[in-house]
Amino acid sequence: MSDHIVPVKIYVSVFVVLLVMTATTTAVSGINLGPWNTVVALGIAVFKASLVVLFFMHAKYSPRLTQIVIFGGIFWLAILILITFSDFATRGWLR
Amino acid sequence: MADAATTGAPGAAASRRLQHQFESPAQQKDAASLGMWIFLVTEILFFGGLFLAYTIYRWENARSFAHASLHMDIALGTINTVVLICSSLTMAMAVHSAATGKKRLLIGFLIATMLLGGAFLGIKAVEYTDHIRHHLFPGPGFHYTVPADARAAEMFFSLYFAMTGLHALHMVVGLGLLTTLLVMARRGRFSPEYHTPVEISGLYWHFVDIVWIFLFPLLYLIGRHLK
Repeated sequence: MSDHIVPVKIYVSVFVVLLVMTATTTAVSGINLGPWNTVVALGIAVFKASLVVLFFMHAKYSPRLTQIVIFGGIFWLAILILITFSDFATRGWLR
Repeated sequence: MADAATTGAPGAAASRRLQHQFESPAQQKDAASLGMWIFLVTEILFFGGLFLAYTIYRWENARSFAHASLHMDIALGTINTVVLICSSLTMAMAVHSAATGKKRLLIGFLIATMLLGGAFLGIKAVEYTDHIRHHLFPGPGFHYTVPADARAAEMFFSLYFAMTGLHALHMVVGLGLLTTLLVMARRGRFSPEYHTPVEISGLYWHFVDIVWIFLFPLLYLIGRHLK
């Protein structure tokens, strides 16, 4: 598993997709989609970050333990954001 | 260990590097990567706190934040995003070169990554200079054209300087790591059996790239549709 060598072709493909996605996010940001601008921007950023984690950082080829640790980190970040916004997003409900 | 290091028999590079608590070089390498990932998880939550602060203040000042972000130079931001993605590719190729035992390619890709990292910091410095010249650095000297938006805009720029500044600091640390790798590579310290420092420094470099992947749309692009 740890001796897995990722082919150069995969690195170059990921690189090209990352560049295309950068162009896409910049282009889409110029169109007014209302609240969807943020959704699209974050969706593209998450997609780009996933490609980097899976291929450049070899998470796809890493031992299961490493993958669980990565997932755990992202899960804790989600807790941080979701629970904070269960407060901020609902404050208006009381008014 | 010192006793094993003195033997120096050719082909013994892997066993020379194997610490006694590990069963195999592969297990040792997995442990090193796992340790680096645990550090990176703390980094995710470190930056996560700033992203959370950004989200809360943007939630409460959505329009002012969007207008404040119009002061960003989108061309420079996009160029810097491309520069960082290129540096991630050259870093991945450096790891690949180390894993396949290509010393000259490894040195070349390490230098390319350092040049791209330096270019990023240079462009960032140009942007900072520009913001400061336009009185957009938070503090007593902060001056904003729309008085009603000034407080929210100052918060936007506080977060902008904190987040990109912390990111830039990570880039500087990354350049330090790359310098160390370059010296080690030139001394022939790496082989297909042992190149863990290249591998885990690569993890760090890619992580810093990921932070920028989120900073770019959140700081540069949120007001663009208002133009």
